[in-house]
Amino acid sequence: MTVQKKISIGAKAILGAATFTALMTGVALADPALIYDAAGKNDKSFNEMAWNGAEAYAKATGNSYQDLEIQTDAQREQALRRFAQQGASPIVVPGFTWAEPLTVVAKEFPDTHFAIIDSVVDLPNVRSVLFKEQEGSFLVGVLAAMKSETGTIGYVTAFDFPLLQAFGCGYVQGAKAANADIQVLQNFIGTDFAAFNDINTAGEVGRSQLERGADVVYAAAGAAGEGALQAAADAGKYGIGVDSNQNYLFPGNMLSSMVKRVDVAVQNAFTDELNGNWTSGIQVLGLAEEGVGAAVDEYNEPLLSDEMKAALADYTAKINSGEIVVHDYRSDNSCPVS
Amino acid sequence: MGFEDIIPLLNSSVRFAVPLLLACIAGLYSERSGIVDIGLEGKMLGAAFAAAAVAALTGNVWYGMLAAIFVSCCMSMIHAIASINLRGNQVISGVALNFLALGGTVFIGHSIFKRGGTTPNLPKDVRIGPIELPFAAEIGQVPFVGPIYEQLISGHSIIVYFAFAAVPITAWVLMKTRLGLRLRAVGENPKALDTAGISVFKLRYQALIITGILCGVAGAYLSTSQGANFSENMTAGRGFIALAALIFAKWKPWNALWTCLLFGVLSAAQIRLQGVEFPLIGEVPVQFIQALPYVLTVVLLAGFIGRAIPPKAVGQPYVKER
Repeated sequence: MTVQKKISIGAKAILGAATFTALMTGVALADPALIYDAAGKNDKSFNEMAWNGAEAYAKATGNSYQDLEIQTDAQREQALRRFAQQGASPIVVPGFTWAEPLTVVAKEFPDTHFAIIDSVVDLPNVRSVLFKEQEGSFLVGVLAAMKSETGTIGYVTAFDFPLLQAFGCGYVQGAKAANADIQVLQNFIGTDFAAFNDINTAGEVGRSQLERGADVVYAAAGAAGEGALQAAADAGKYGIGVDSNQNYLFPGNMLSSMVKRVDVAVQNAFTDELNGNWTSGIQVLGLAEEGVGAAVDEYNEPLLSDEMKAALADYTAKINSGEIVVHDYRSDNSCPVS
Repeated sequence: MGFEDIIPLLNSSVRFAVPLLLACIAGLYSERSGIVDIGLEGKMLGAAFAAAAVAALTGNVWYGMLAAIFVSCCMSMIHAIASINLRGNQVISGVALNFLALGGTVFIGHSIFKRGGTTPNLPKDVRIGPIELPFAAEIGQVPFVGPIYEQLISGHSIIVYFAFAAVPITAWVLMKTRLGLRLRAVGENPKALDTAGISVFKLRYQALIITGILCGVAGAYLSTSQGANFSENMTAGRGFIALAALIFAKWKPWNALWTCLLFGVLSAAQIRLQGVEFPLIGEVPVQFIQALPYVLTVVLLAGFIGRAIPPKAVGQPYVKER
């Protein structure tokens, strides 16, 4: 079985490389480029947000951009190098898995600008964009705790990883702030990146939380998250989406979405380069910068009471003023509440 | 953990076990007839896509089911032609089918739906929903036995009952019918069968059609019953686990049932044990809990099942002497 898998990965890489060369011809000089992470362009979540940002740039400026979906991890360095060689700048890569290949390639092309989202690469030509996911998650945690009638809510995520833990930790802090007695169930779908695609297991994880009494489930697991949201909708309970606004997926059963404005980060990177305003270094987008937040639109508005909306505004003001500091799991790899 | 927690756990185990069981029985027919089938994963994936896509386009989940069976059987026939007529390497043909499904589903899916290979969400009435068995609510009042009937036995999708029915039917076909006798013989000693004037090719084709049908149902279960849409590589290795379960089960139908249920229980228990405080030990790291199903498999495989002897002629193309 393992041999089979190895064969499959190897052959996939070869296939990938062939299509790849075909795709790479004809990159215009100095076009900005966007290379998606493993889940792919249309994951209705993180990567799709990045794509939306690039599209917004194209619409606003009338310029074109290049983008690429990778097939395997082996292509990461190769893709970066090819785009850099063709003169694309800036090259934006959303996703923390890009950190290692970017560290290698960015050194080889000191005159090309790169931007990475969700991780830090400390080089003079790289912009690292981080989000305060804990702040947005705090807000949806408040909503979840106020909506819950059973006193139990759930958090479903892909696997044990600091970034994903930061979502969960912010969510628990928000829930406890709104209701100190709330119980939060936290579960992982799998052990590696395959978990971001495993809809069926995500659904089972969601169902297990609902069966243990949860009535709001927050799913932060890329494409697989939809499985858990589906389980909540099937049971007539509530789901909370992640990254992009997923409220439209199951109207009436989506309490909110923790939006992470990856699109803004991508559009800013492209536009800054175009206008000659490029800055490297770390950029942190939090609630105050409107980089994260809880989505309220026509799909979920009927589900939110006036008190919930007031609480949302209240906590937003308190976080922005610094009265409440939401703990970041990544700062010390631990969470003060659970 | 009380009685009322056990039933949801077992329910979840059943839902985890069903696609494995269907694929495992599918592999059983194929391998018992002497054809190695690495392509279970690919057939399931292709079928899952066909079911979700056709159901989304037509609004009728049963058309989706038919499409799933059709696609899976077509893939099975490619495997049959390659390994029976052309006498190719059966492992390579199976691997090729897995690739075909992995890339093909996303490519076709994106061409039709423009959603990066995922299909639209199916509304409730375009999914194969749970069915209530007769008198479920009434019998549910009876203590102990009642909840088991009402919640565990009743309330699954028709595919679940089909999968469980496939086990005794397969055992009966394999051990009590003429077709079964010939099927077992063709996997052990095809030459003897040929000498008796029975077509080896025809029997193996029949076996692979049954494999195709069962994989088709398994795929449809994943995308239109347990889930509600297709996404890239959604089978996530279930075909390979089914193959392991088949070896574990020594190519016997009842053993296949127990093995798949064991995998199901371990997967379901794993989710519920995450973050639970154990007496004396305290909270165990989540990675350990997640590894538990695999650790147990290795232990059981190494210590308890004894030697698993495959059908003698499995993997060898049959060459008729002239």
